Amino acid sequence: MKAPGKMLPRIVGFILRRPVTVRYPKERLTPPEGLRGKMKFYPERCINCGLCARDCPSGACTMHDVEGGKKQPQFDLDFCTFCGQCAESCPKQAIEMTKEFELAHYNKGEAIVK
Amino acid sequence: MPRVRLPIGPQHPALKEPENFMITLDGEQVVDVDIRIGYTHRGIEKLMESRTYIQNLYLVERICGICSYAHVVNFSQNVEEVLGLTIPPRASYLRTLVLELERLHSHFLWLGVAGHEIGFDTLFMYTWEDREVVQDLLEDISGNRVNYAYNTIGGVRRDLGEEQKKRVLDGMDYLEKRATFYKEVAVNEKTILSRAEGVGILKPEVGKRLAAVGPTIRASGVAVDIRKEDPYASYGDVSFDVITTDSCDVLGRVVVRVLEIFECIKIIRQLMEKLPAGDLVVKAPRKVPEGEAMSHTEAPRGEDFHYLHANGTDKPDRYKVRTPTMANLPAVVEMLKGTFLADVPIIVAAIDPCMGCMDRVLLLKDEEKPGERISWDQLRVYANTWYANRGWLG
Amino acid sequence: MNSLLAVVYLLVFPGFLFLFVASLFGQYLDRKLYARIQRRVGPPLLQPFADFVKLLAKEDVVPDYADRVMFTAAPIFALTAVFAAFLYLPVVASVGLHSFQGDLIVVLYLLMIPTLAMFLGGWYSGNVFGVRGGMRVASLLFSYEIPFFVALLSPAVLAGSWRLSTIAGYESGHPLAIIVSLLGFVIGIIALQGKLERLPFDIPEAETEIVAGPLVEYSGRRYALFRLARDAELFVGAGLLAVVFLGGPYPILVSQPGVLAWVNGFVMFLLKTFFVIFLLILMKSAVARIRTDQMVSLAYKWLIPLALVQITLAVVLHSLGGLL
Repeated sequence: MKAPGKMLPRIVGFILRRPVTVRYPKERLTPPEGLRGKMKFYPERCINCGLCARDCPSGACTMHDVEGGKKQPQFDLDFCTFCGQCAESCPKQAIEMTKEFELAHYNKGEAIVK
Repeated sequence: MPRVRLPIGPQHPALKEPENFMITLDGEQVVDVDIRIGYTHRGIEKLMESRTYIQNLYLVERICGICSYAHVVNFSQNVEEVLGLTIPPRASYLRTLVLELERLHSHFLWLGVAGHEIGFDTLFMYTWEDREVVQDLLEDISGNRVNYAYNTIGGVRRDLGEEQKKRVLDGMDYLEKRATFYKEVAVNEKTILSRAEGVGILKPEVGKRLAAVGPTIRASGVAVDIRKEDPYASYGDVSFDVITTDSCDVLGRVVVRVLEIFECIKIIRQLMEKLPAGDLVVKAPRKVPEGEAMSHTEAPRGEDFHYLHANGTDKPDRYKVRTPTMANLPAVVEMLKGTFLADVPIIVAAIDPCMGCMDRVLLLKDEEKPGERISWDQLRVYANTWYANRGWLG
Repeated sequence: MNSLLAVVYLLVFPGFLFLFVASLFGQYLDRKLYARIQRRVGPPLLQPFADFVKLLAKEDVVPDYADRVMFTAAPIFALTAVFAAFLYLPVVASVGLHSFQGDLIVVLYLLMIPTLAMFLGGWYSGNVFGVRGGMRVASLLFSYEIPFFVALLSPAVLAGSWRLSTIAGYESGHPLAIIVSLLGFVIGIIALQGKLERLPFDIPEAETEIVAGPLVEYSGRRYALFRLARDAELFVGAGLLAVVFLGGPYPILVSQPGVLAWVNGFVMFLLKTFFVIFLLILMKSAVARIRTDQMVSLAYKWLIPLALVQITLAVVLHSLGGLL
């Protein structure tokens, strides 16, 4: 039958049920395996090829001088889109995406991964 | 009663994105509509010309937040066509899987938005809760909830494990139950019917003439579906129906989308069953030889069309995108004429507009006053003096 | 001493301060239960109060093209009328703070003023959405006021009095009267929902159509007053229905002497009022907003004829000598 408030009998019981929303800082959901969060960089594996910086779509990954006259990537998370292309382009698996996603910070340039 | 010109937009709660509908009202009745677009022009096409194909994968994805994967698939298909690559069957199946999951999430999202436009916020909350299930699945499969970054040129970037497969199937069982609930509610709730039935009429011949696409035209009884007519990815391997209704109104568009949810679930189950083993990606060179390609996919909102002109470097020479909203907007003008002001939001929402994806062109000309271009620095000086004149700057 | 007591009655309990708290609690209940039905968490208990205080502290803008006097006066009118109407409701004792033969009519008229104030506020705000919303308010006024009036008159006819406390007393003595006027109660609830501009009748301030209608230009203190007036109207309107249809502060059958009766009456009144508010919340939780023309045709095709049936029933029963 077509009637107004047709859904009501089936939803009124929700008043007594627990809401689905999570009270975030107190309760947390666990992210799935394979979430792309903040990256981890292993400088010892790096061969200074610069492919990560070349493929980075957002300019978050740039090459910087390190000791010995070589260049290694730095990741500015303010720019990063967490696509994981750098980790995929890297021939030596020197970059790894972790599950860490709570990356809020106050000032620009505070979240740089070296 | 005198005629009133009422601006809907660029900032208006009914529109989630800035676009301007100048509505001429006679009482509560809409006499004329003037659509002005271009408020969210981002220059993506131009930007693509200065980026490599790998970088463009992630830029193309950001044309639209909801149907992002359809754009990436289009882009990859274009590049693969110019390169002459054939992607492995497993990659093709996985692409289809993500495309269908995306359609599911888009349709659930739209159902909620449509509910919100007619004040049915409870429906909005429920559908968005169910959409979380799809998004969790997408996050599980691809590593992100929106803009999945799942595709790459020549295949896909991640494999699907057995456990993930099971989670996808479990999710489908849950969503099927929920969709059945919405199917009952949508066509039986009196207040929804009174708002959707006979509203925003688009006759099939008008719709065809104005080249409407997707669920908008399918609700007018025209069975147009790129998945069926020109199967891409693995749509040729699965069986599904093209849903049409002939009620030509907003209710028809609701029904088409709700029934398409069931078709999505059907397709995903078949994909999970038939998923072949094999490689995920074929190696693609960085430089793309000279050539051009066109690709179209059935995005959740309708036909999404991409064109690529490559010039032998690692950057495209020209790229063109035509999103489904662009094709549907002329039909909106037809639908709006003669309706009530109260129906404007739901009629506009019924095509599932994505204004941000649509704005490919920015017109600097205005018929009333000639346009004036100012540079960023001039704008900054202007803003500072404007605030200083009001004494709002220290 | 007596006059001091009167001031306490008027300002603290069961007067303005009580109404203020009760309205904010009504708003809390409205938001919380609505959220729970939608499976959200909902606001904490003090949120309505915090909102009110925050709004008082906010910048208060009067648009250049608005009529300053009317723009300011509209929320004050609305609030005053609702607070005045509350004085006639028998909240604690069987008689309200002020009571006379015919106070039902006064309350009904006072409860109409917030609607008119909304119209004026929208009209004089000079905003195109405000004007449009104001016109919607005015055009819908009669579609819910007539059934509301007629429905509320039927218990009065049954009781043979226009006095709220007498009607409530009659109903507690004759529980059958509640069942006889059940139809009127349903119409009253629907019309009250329209009067309060809540879903599915929130046409004048339809967010997705005309932004917030009459309230679009209001901010700061004036907006806070309007909001408070709306919340108070919710409580007073629900209280009125509770008094007229459900017997107000009278316990349904049992009655105690002395202070206990006083407490009992107050608890009964609150229970019945919040029961009505609960019905209003349920009503808005699973419907879509209807259109102006649909609202008008609903009122004239269904609500008014049914209200007339109800009052005819009441007149016939009364002329036959009333209920037992």
